[in-house]
Amino acid sequence: MTTAEQRLGNAANFVDERIGAAGWVKKSLNKVFPDHWSFMLGEVCMYSFVILLLSGTFLALWFDPSQRDVIYDGVYEPLKGIKMSAAYASTLDISFEIRGGLLMRQIHHWAANIFMAAIVAHLLRVFFTGAFRKPREFNWILGILLLTLGFVEGLFGYSLPDDLLSGTGLRITSAIIQAIPLVGTYVSFFLFGGEFPGVGFLPRIFTLHILLIPGAFLAVITVHVMLVWYQKHTQFPGPGRTEKNVVGHPILPVYMAKAGGFFFIVFGIIAFLSAVASINPIWLYGPYTPGQISAGSQPDWYMGWLDGLVRMSPPLETHAFGHTISWNIMIPALIVPGIVFTGMALYPFIESWITGDKREHHLLDRPRNVPNRTALGVMSITFVMVALINGGNDIFATNFHLSINEIMWFSRISIFVLPPLAFVITKRLCLSLQRADRDLVLHGLETGRLVRMPSGEFVEVHAPISDQKRFILTSHEQAPALEFSATDARGVKRPGAIKNKVRARLSKAHAVGLPKVSAEDLKEIEHH
Amino acid sequence: MVNNESEMSDVSNELEQLQDPGAAPHVLRHADTDPKAEKRAERQVAILFTLSGLSSLLLIYSYVFVATDVFIFIPVMGDQNAHQLGLGLGMAFSLLFLGMGAIHWAKTLMPETEVVNYRHEFRSSDEDRDELVKTVKHAAAEVKLGRRSLIKRSLGFSLGLFALPPVLLLRDLGPLPKKLLETTSWKAGTRLVTDPGNRPILASDLEVGAVVQTLPAVAEDTERLLSDVAKDPVLLIRLRPEDFQLTPEKLAMTHDGIIAFSKICSHMGCAVALYEQQTKHLLCPCHQSTFDVTRGAKVIFGPAARPLPQLDITVDDQGYLIARAPFSEPVGPSFWERNSQ
Amino acid sequence: MKRLSRYRRHRAAAPFLLVVALLAIGTTFNVASATVKQSPSSYARTAAIDEGKQIFLKGCSSCHGLNAEGGAIAPSLIGVGAASVDFQVGTGRMPMADMSTQAMRKPPVYNAEQTAALAAYVASLAPGPAIPTDSVLNYERDGNTAEGGELFRNNCAMCHNFAGQGGALTQGKYAPTLMGVEPKYIYEALITGPQSMPVFSDKTVTPAEKLSLIKWIKAAENEPNLGGATMGRIGPVTEGLLAWVLGLGVLIGIAVWLTTKAR
Repeated sequence: MTTAEQRLGNAANFVDERIGAAGWVKKSLNKVFPDHWSFMLGEVCMYSFVILLLSGTFLALWFDPSQRDVIYDGVYEPLKGIKMSAAYASTLDISFEIRGGLLMRQIHHWAANIFMAAIVAHLLRVFFTGAFRKPREFNWILGILLLTLGFVEGLFGYSLPDDLLSGTGLRITSAIIQAIPLVGTYVSFFLFGGEFPGVGFLPRIFTLHILLIPGAFLAVITVHVMLVWYQKHTQFPGPGRTEKNVVGHPILPVYMAKAGGFFFIVFGIIAFLSAVASINPIWLYGPYTPGQISAGSQPDWYMGWLDGLVRMSPPLETHAFGHTISWNIMIPALIVPGIVFTGMALYPFIESWITGDKREHHLLDRPRNVPNRTALGVMSITFVMVALINGGNDIFATNFHLSINEIMWFSRISIFVLPPLAFVITKRLCLSLQRADRDLVLHGLETGRLVRMPSGEFVEVHAPISDQKRFILTSHEQAPALEFSATDARGVKRPGAIKNKVRARLSKAHAVGLPKVSAEDLKEIEHH
Repeated sequence: MVNNESEMSDVSNELEQLQDPGAAPHVLRHADTDPKAEKRAERQVAILFTLSGLSSLLLIYSYVFVATDVFIFIPVMGDQNAHQLGLGLGMAFSLLFLGMGAIHWAKTLMPETEVVNYRHEFRSSDEDRDELVKTVKHAAAEVKLGRRSLIKRSLGFSLGLFALPPVLLLRDLGPLPKKLLETTSWKAGTRLVTDPGNRPILASDLEVGAVVQTLPAVAEDTERLLSDVAKDPVLLIRLRPEDFQLTPEKLAMTHDGIIAFSKICSHMGCAVALYEQQTKHLLCPCHQSTFDVTRGAKVIFGPAARPLPQLDITVDDQGYLIARAPFSEPVGPSFWERNSQ
Repeated sequence: MKRLSRYRRHRAAAPFLLVVALLAIGTTFNVASATVKQSPSSYARTAAIDEGKQIFLKGCSSCHGLNAEGGAIAPSLIGVGAASVDFQVGTGRMPMADMSTQAMRKPPVYNAEQTAALAAYVASLAPGPAIPTDSVLNYERDGNTAEGGELFRNNCAMCHNFAGQGGALTQGKYAPTLMGVEPKYIYEALITGPQSMPVFSDKTVTPAEKLSLIKWIKAAENEPNLGGATMGRIGPVTEGLLAWVLGLGVLIGIAVWLTTKAR
C-alpha cells in the first residue's frame, strides 16, 4: 500500500467509524446517469444558481440596501454632487471603486439571465419528452415553483440598485398590487412601508433576496435533485433500454468528470460574457426618481412577456358604486399569468386524465410521437413569444423604423390568431415526421443512386437502416383513445356524461398518430 | 397508409412489436487502441489544464498591476478597459480551460463502457403497507382521540388561535392607506416651479409648442419627499387657445393657452413626459398609452383607461403660474377605493 | 457753446433733435436687449437674403409656399428664425426626400454658404431664434456635466433614451439618436423645437442649462463602455437576446460536444 492509499484509508476509517456510510457511498458511486445533451439543461440551472450564490455573496459584502439620501462623491464625474439613495451610490462604488466589483456585478446579472433561460429550456425539454409523467409529477410541480421563485428573485435583484430603469419597474409592480380589488392598497402600503416608493422597501426586498428566497431555493432544489436521484433519471428509448433499467455512465469517474467539468464551463461562459459584454450599466440610467423616465424602458427578458401583455391590453376599467376595477391591469398581469402557471403545474394530471394512463413512465417520448402534446407546447411558446416581442415594441420600432401603433395592433390580433395556427401546423408537422419515420423503417434510407433494372425501369436504391435505428423508430407506444358510453347496459344515462364526453373527445385528439410499423408489416415488405 | 383519423386511434399494440436487437457493437476510440493517440490525448488535456493555470495568473496580474483607468482598443468592440478585460478574461479562461480539460479527459481516456442499473418498483410491498397501517391504527387507538373530545376541542382551540398572531405581528409593516392616495402637495395658490431648478415660471416664459416639467414650490431648504415626487409632477404645455377642444369647465382651468396635467400616468404611474409638439399628443413610454392634450389628455391609444387629471391653473399678481385649486381627483394609477365616476 | 446756441431757433432744429433722440433711444434699447443677434454688414446681408430667396423659391417653395406662408403639407416658416433653417438644412433633414412620417437626417443638399443664405432669408421674414455663435456654445467652460445629466433625465431621456440613443414616438415617428450631433445643432433643436420636439425656450431651460445638457451629452458620447461592449446602450432587450444566443446557445453547443462519443 502506498502512503497516499494509507492516508486515504485512515481518513475514510475515521469517518466510517462515526457514520458508517460505506454501503450508501458505494451504491451512489455506481449510480448511473444516461448521457444526452438535453439532460444537461437542468445542470446549467443548478450551476448558475451556485454562481449566483457565490457572486451574490461578494456583492452583499459592499452593497448598502438603504434608501436614505446621499450626495455622490465618488469617481464617476457625470453623477458627482447628485442626490441619490445609498443603495445606488454603493452600487456605483462597487462598479467603479472596488476592483473586480463590476466584473462580479456583471457575472451576477448574466448568471441570473442565463439561470432563467436554462430553467425555461429545461422545462421545455421535460415537457416535450413527457418526463413529467408518473412518478415525476411532484418534481414537475417543484420545478414550476422554482420558475416562479426565479421570477420574483430576479425582479428583486435587479431592483436593488435603485436605478431609473428598475425603479420604474417597481412603480409598475406597486400599480399591479394596488389594482387588486378590496385589499390592493393595503397590501401595497404594507409591502412598501407606505406610499410608493416608501422608505423601507429596499431593505425589505434585500432580506428577501439574500436570505428568504435563496433559502427556499436551496430547499426546493435539494428536494428536486434528490427526487431525480432516488427515482433515477429518465432515458430516451433505444436498444437495451427498457422501462425497468437505466443505461449510462457511472458517477465515478466519468459522470463526475463530465458534470464537474461542465460546472467550470458554465462558470467560464458566464465569466466570459461578463468580461466582454456590458450588462445593466446603472451609471448611465441615473438614480431613480418617480418624475423621470427613459424611452425604451423594459424589464429583464423573463418579465418581458408580462410587459407585452400589459401593453396590448385594451383600456378596460369598471367604475361603479364609488369603486374602480382595473381590468386593463388585472387581466394581463394577474389573471393570465395565474392561469398559465396553474395550468402548467397541473398539466401532468390533466394529461393523465385525458389519456387514462396511470402507469409509470421512465422511457421518454420523442416529441413527434405525441403530436397533441408537442403542438400544445409550441402553441404556448408562440403565445409567450408574441407577448415578449410586444414587450419590446418601442425598441423594435426605433431600430427597424416601424410604428409602435402598428406593432401593437399586430400583437393584439396575433396573440389570438397565431397560437391556434401554431398548434395546427405543429400537429401536422409531427404527423409528417411520423410518416417519414415509417417510410424509413419500411423502405430504408434513400441513397440517391439510380439503378436501371433489366426491364428498363429506373429505381432508386434504398439502404436498409440498422436494427438499432429500426427499433428506436418503432418502440414508442400508441395507446388507443378512451371511450365512454353515455349510457350503461340498461340504457340509463351515466352521471358525469358531459365530463366523459369532453374527456373522450380530448383523448381521441391526443391519440392521433400514424400507426407504427409492426413486425408483420416488415414481413410483408420482404416479399416485395 | 391510413388517412382517416378516426381509424388511427383504433390501431394499438395488438400488432407485434419489433424485438429489441440489443446494443450496437461497441466502437473503440483511437485512444483505446493506439498508444500514440492515447499520449496525444493526454498532452491535449495537460495543455488545457496549463492554459487554465496561466489564465489565473493573468487575472492576478491584472488585479495587482494593471491600473483601472487604462483603455485599449479592441476591433469591433472599441475602447475597452484593460483592467476589467484582464480580470474577466483571466477568470473566464481559467474556468473554461479547466472544464474543457476535464471533459476531454473523460471523453477520450476514461472508460466509456455503459453500465446498466435496474429500477425497482416504487410501490412499497403489501406487507410493509399493512405493517404501517397497523402501527398507525394501533397508536391512534392508544391515544383514544376519538373518545377524548374535551382534549380534541381544546387542542383545536389552541392551534386554531396560533394562526392569528403571525398575521397580526405583521400589521406594522406599513401605515393604512386612508386618504393618502387621494391628496397631493398642490393647494390653491401653490406656485409651479421648474424641475430641476425650482424656478417659478411666468406665463410669458412659455412659447407655443413648449413643454415644462414642473413641481409644486416648497419652502426654502425643505427637502421634497420621494413619496410626494411620486404624485406631484405636473406638465405645463402651451398651445394656441383656438387649438383646445374642451368643455367650458376644463377650458376655464387653462390660462391663455397654457394647460397643466399630472405627469403621473393614470395607467401604472410612469412619468408621461413625451410630448409630440405637432400632434399635441402625450405618450407614456412604459406601455404606449397616448393622450390628446387638445381634448384634455383623453386616451386615444394604449391600455390607460382614464385621462390624465388636469390641474386648474392661473397667474398670481406677479404673473407667475399658480394652481388655483388642488387636483379634483386622485392622480396616478387606479385602485379599488378610487371614485372614478 | 455760443456757436451751437445760435441755431437753437433754426426751423430744422426740432426735427433734427427728434431724429437724434430716436436714434439714441433706439440704439440704447438695442444694445440693452441684445441677445444673440448677428449683424453682418448690411451690404452682405442683403446679398445673402437675395441668394437665399432664390434658393428658397427653387427648392423649398413647392411645399412651404412662395412666401414661406406654409400650406397643407408644410408649416409656415415665418418667425421660425435662422436657427431653424440652419438646423433643418444643415443636418440634411430639409429638403425632405420623401413625404414619409418624419424628416430623417441625411447628407445635406446645400453647402454652408447656401444654408447661411437660406437662413438669412427666412430670418428676414420675421424675428425668430438666431444661430448661436461659438462664444455662446462654449459648453466645456460654461456647462456642468452632473447638472446636465439631471436636466437630461428630466427633459430629454423620455424621448431620446437614457443614453441619448433615440426612442420611439407614435405612428412611426421617432426621436433620433443624439450621438455624433454637433453642439450647435443640439442647441438649435432645443430652441426651435423641430417637428415633434417641443420648444425649450431660454426662460424655462436657461442658456447655461442648455450648455450643461450639451456637455453631458458629449461626455456620454465619449464615455467608453466600462463593462464591455454594449449592444447599443438600449437596455434589457438586447441583454436578454445575448443571454439566449451567446449564453445558453453556446452552453447547449458545449453540452452536445460533451455527450458525443470521442473518435
